[in-house]
Amino acid sequence: MSGLGRVVRSGVRRRRVQTVVVGLVTAAAVTATVLGGGLLVASQAPFDDAFAAQRGAHLTVRADSGAVTEPQLAASASAPGVVAAAGPYRVLVVAFTERGGMRTPPLTVVARADPGGPVDRIELAGGRWPAGPDEIVLSGGAVRVPPGSRLATPGGAEFTVVGTARSVSDTAGAWVLPSAVGVLDGPDTADGYQMLYRFTDARTPTEVGTGRDAVVATLPAGAVTGARSWLDVRQQAVEDAAVFVPFLVAFALLGIVMALLVVGTVVAGTVGVATRRIGILKALGCTPAGVVRAFVAQTLLPAAVGAVAGTVTGNLLALPVLAETEEIYGSANTTIAWWVTVLATGGVLAVVTLTAWAAALRAGRLRTVDAIAVGRASGPARGRWASRLAARLPVARPVGLGLARPFARPARTVAILLAVATGAAAMTFATGLAASLLRIQTALTQDVADVTVTGDPDAGPVADPAAVLAAIDAQPGTRARYGRTQAPGTVAGIADPVSVTTITGDAAWDGFEMVSGRWFAAPGEAVVGGPLLTATGARIGDTVTVRIEGTPVRLRIVGEVFESVMTVFTGTATPTGRNPSEYRVALAPDTEAGAYARALTGALAGRGLTARPSGTETDPLLLVVEGLTATLTLLLLAVAALGVLNMLVLDLRDRVHDLGVHKALGMTPAQTIAMVVASVAGVGLVGGLLGVPAGVAMHRLVVPTMAASGGLHLPEALLDVYGPFLLTALALGGPLTALLGALLPAGWAARTRTATALRSE
Amino acid sequence: MTDPVIDVRGVTRRYGEGPPALHDVSLTVRPGECVAVLGPSGSGKSTLLNLLAALDRPDAGTVTVAGTRLERLGEAASARFRRAHVGLVFQFFNLLDDLTVLDNVLLPAQLAGAPARASRAHAASLLDSLGMARHAQAYPGRLSGGERQRVAVARALINRPALLLADEPTGALDTASGEDVRRLLDELHRSGQTIVLVTHDLRLAEASAGRTIRLRDGRVEVRR
Ligand SMILES: Nc1ncnc2c1ncn2[C@@H]1O[C@H](COP(=O)(O)OP(=O)(O)O)[C@@H](O)[C@H]1O
Ligand SMILES: [Mg+2]
Repeated sequence: MSGLGRVVRSGVRRRRVQTVVVGLVTAAAVTATVLGGGLLVASQAPFDDAFAAQRGAHLTVRADSGAVTEPQLAASASAPGVVAAAGPYRVLVVAFTERGGMRTPPLTVVARADPGGPVDRIELAGGRWPAGPDEIVLSGGAVRVPPGSRLATPGGAEFTVVGTARSVSDTAGAWVLPSAVGVLDGPDTADGYQMLYRFTDARTPTEVGTGRDAVVATLPAGAVTGARSWLDVRQQAVEDAAVFVPFLVAFALLGIVMALLVVGTVVAGTVGVATRRIGILKALGCTPAGVVRAFVAQTLLPAAVGAVAGTVTGNLLALPVLAETEEIYGSANTTIAWWVTVLATGGVLAVVTLTAWAAALRAGRLRTVDAIAVGRASGPARGRWASRLAARLPVARPVGLGLARPFARPARTVAILLAVATGAAAMTFATGLAASLLRIQTALTQDVADVTVTGDPDAGPVADPAAVLAAIDAQPGTRARYGRTQAPGTVAGIADPVSVTTITGDAAWDGFEMVSGRWFAAPGEAVVGGPLLTATGARIGDTVTVRIEGTPVRLRIVGEVFESVMTVFTGTATPTGRNPSEYRVALAPDTEAGAYARALTGALAGRGLTARPSGTETDPLLLVVEGLTATLTLLLLAVAALGVLNMLVLDLRDRVHDLGVHKALGMTPAQTIAMVVASVAGVGLVGGLLGVPAGVAMHRLVVPTMAASGGLHLPEALLDVYGPFLLTALALGGPLTALLGALLPAGWAARTRTATALRSE
Repeated sequence: MTDPVIDVRGVTRRYGEGPPALHDVSLTVRPGECVAVLGPSGSGKSTLLNLLAALDRPDAGTVTVAGTRLERLGEAASARFRRAHVGLVFQFFNLLDDLTVLDNVLLPAQLAGAPARASRAHAASLLDSLGMARHAQAYPGRLSGGERQRVAVARALINRPALLLADEPTGALDTASGEDVRRLLDELHRSGQTIVLVTHDLRLAEASAGRTIRLRDGRVEVRR
């Protein structure tokens, strides 16, 4: 066996191209897989760890204090499937006023004697737990008010903030002692009970649903006003990082497909070229299994080196992304879990081994007589019709010879085709992804304005909106403008605050994307973000009651706007009669924003308003995604080009002798290059034409999935990113990749010494 | 007196270490001559022929063929030289298996960019005169050795070369086919074609060649 190994190795030692290609393609596949898997795990792990440590609530139930008693709620802890329960706790929703008059959004305040217990052990991030009825602890995620600050209730009672805490189950915006309930309660507060449960089984929505039904069944009808699954909380917590996952999975899959394809063809090609050699070895008594083993070992060596390199790059590329998620969770998890690296590397190597083994089986099965006969008899008469046709084509003869070549080796041609198609698909997908992400970002920030005017919203009559808008209109260079102000509100049926944006003027131009319905037109109409529709179960055409600072406003939903949070946009004057806190202006083409802003600030002098060119800050997460996309695409394109290169090198090695004949008959180096290039140009074009639709389909599949994992419904406009020009350019990328891969071998072919080539065989 | 077609002076060709494959060889061939290069296997015959075809370059000495100095030609220039001035015939035919007989014959003309109509007519007349017209659309794999060598000769002549080089053209053929090719070369010689042929087939040398050269260990041994 070692003798055989040496013989086969020596036969392949000169195949440096194949070795490099196998190494690189494995590295690319491992990089993509480590990144995809690592980030997938990293996006879940911090939440899961914290949830386990805090014994998080699988189900958080809100109950109507008028419809159920405390003992009834306490008894629900013995419902089937419940392993632990906490509560009932009193809950009140209160909007506080800070010193200086700033209002907090309405906070869900839970009355709890202590932060521990069997469920939802609240973690103090700073300060201490309340000790008296006038103390309060705020949830770190809800509002940023430093400890020591004082908050006033609408009823006038004052609380001191004594600490910041965090519930991984997201059960409250603030906590007080039960003795504070009487102090908090007032005409403006909604109240009820909270019960927390842990179940024996709660891994899937169905299991949580079963638990919820069991709990609800023990309570009087209508008692439960809300029930939140930990899976939803988890979803929200991980969604920022989860946005990455579908796209990384797509790239990991592409990488693995590419590895499969390239390794398969490399080994098959090596076997093909070594056929005679194998025949001789077998004639000398080598076993088929021995031959297969030798070929697999030969592939695994460069693959292992590539895998190590891929592990390193994958982990390095993950660093910026993990740093980003770390910020979101406050966790210290900045590296990829070691077992993900091991699993990804092992998985890719296993795929490589299997592929190499399958391709090498042919060598083992080869009949010795046939193997030795190769090269003596003329090969199978494949693709002769193509050479006949090409001979009649009105093109230079070397080009014709090249064009007919793919038909002589159909299997190899299909492999080149797939390599190019995969590269083109990756390229198309990545381009579309980048374009969609940019559009999503613009639509979410709703900020395409060139100039923003801000000031004191309560400056009184001086900032009269009609006068401000008139002043903006009077400014030369104004194309469009509107004013907006935002206030927290509540909608019946959902505990979380809703952001209500009141718009003065026409705002539809400012990057808003409609998912369905239309923009509001008449008083009493509103458009809302998707999450609000999901949370309330409302549909377009329904009327909802929004309470803004206690006053109910009835609004008819006429459209869904693309939004990631619970929002309402309306032109209807809000009860507070607040003036716009901000005006946004779009400028006519050729108007310089800086000069315009200075002029407008001058025109608005005395109204307490300042105009500034709008800063365009790009989401760092977006930058990371785009950087990763570019990196992974380049990696896959390089692999595609290498795949083509490898296939051509094999093909040329087969044809050294024919090339020699051509050159003996007077084919110049330039003509040789033309012939080799022509032999892949057609295949590249077809590959591009196949790959582009595949990439578009992948984009159609992945981007909405990414959005859905962030809880977003994507409007069609954000997906429609491929214009005919872009598609044509992408389709041309196929032949370009093939040409890149062909140039090197074509040069080699052109330089082959004719006399040497003719001597071979 | 007309210029020689071949003028080789003091040519040495060495592959790696050891004695050179050719050592200080000089040779002149006039238009219309047929010269046979004889010698045992490994004596440097193919090496000499490769130099004449600009497939290889000498380490020392000069090679002038059809007025062109070959030892300094680049790859592209030597390819152009070959298709303009030299036709090559090999022992193992070296026909391209995936092209028909006609396409094989046409190839050098096409590479040279000759007008298609004229080349086709010329190829057809060559195949006809070599008795291969009915095989024009066949593939080389189906032909006998003698037939293949006829196709190879037709291909070598398509560009009307000043010089026909043949390396053991009968070496792979049975007696009858060998006789066939011998007659063919003789006819070509009579019609005025300049030929250098490498062989150890003495009958071929006697039948066609006006002159023979013997090589031994890379040196010209006897001149007659
Ligand atoms: N490309 C080459 N590399 C190394 N040695 C060669 C090469 N071509 C020929 N030779 C050597 O040069 C000598 C002459 O070879 P060749 O001209 O082919 O002989 P002939 O054609 O007379 O049989 C031989 O010893 C042969 O081994
Ligand atoms: Mg020889």
